[in-house]
Amino acid sequence: MTLELVGEWVVAVLLVLGAGFMAVAALGVLRFPDLYNRMQAAGKAGTLAKMLIMSAVAVHFADTSVTARALLISIFFLMTTPIAGHIVSRVAYATGVPLWPGSVRDDLAGTEAAGRAGDDPEPPLSSSRRGG
Amino acid sequence: MSTAAAATGPLVWAVPLALALMGLALLVAFVRLARGPTVFDRVVALDLSVTVVVGAIGTFAIESDQSLSVRAALVVALVGFLGTLALARYLEGRKR
Repeated sequence: MTLELVGEWVVAVLLVLGAGFMAVAALGVLRFPDLYNRMQAAGKAGTLAKMLIMSAVAVHFADTSVTARALLISIFFLMTTPIAGHIVSRVAYATGVPLWPGSVRDDLAGTEAAGRAGDDPEPPLSSSRRGG
Repeated sequence: MSTAAAATGPLVWAVPLALALMGLALLVAFVRLARGPTVFDRVVALDLSVTVVVGAIGTFAIESDQSLSVRAALVVALVGFLGTLALARYLEGRKR
């Protein structure tokens, strides 16, 4: 009985923490100044939130198959979130989405990534990087 | 199994609180979806709403004590990842 109550407290804390991180990620997506900062908020805080909630599911059911599934979802997110973020940010940069004017460093300025989207053999864009 | 504990335990207030926070996050993501200056902001907002939906499915699984919907979370996660990838690849050819 007492052990079950402790388990429920663990589940409740994990759930509320995960939902709170989701709200923080959404706040960052709303308030950050440019696309790249917004992606940073959505990627990192969102992944942590999903993993916390999947941990809550695993603790609550305490069953091998459900725990394996929750672990699978967590590992899936750990693997796919960087890939999706990388692809979206690379395509956005190549398409010409402007950086925040207060950005202090742009390592890709003037490189191949700034002019061309992807590996398709097509002529590079004209050099207007910072549109907007 | 633990119906007596569930009736009085901390999940009574934790589940509605988590769902309310997720609803707030979904609302805020939709605000960004409505007024993203670029289409990539909308892609990011959709990705975040997929995140919130996965979390809501997990919370629903805990609340209803049925582990079946965890599979639905896996499916939604897969579709969200593939959708983000497909949108990015689709927008790749577009010049501005």
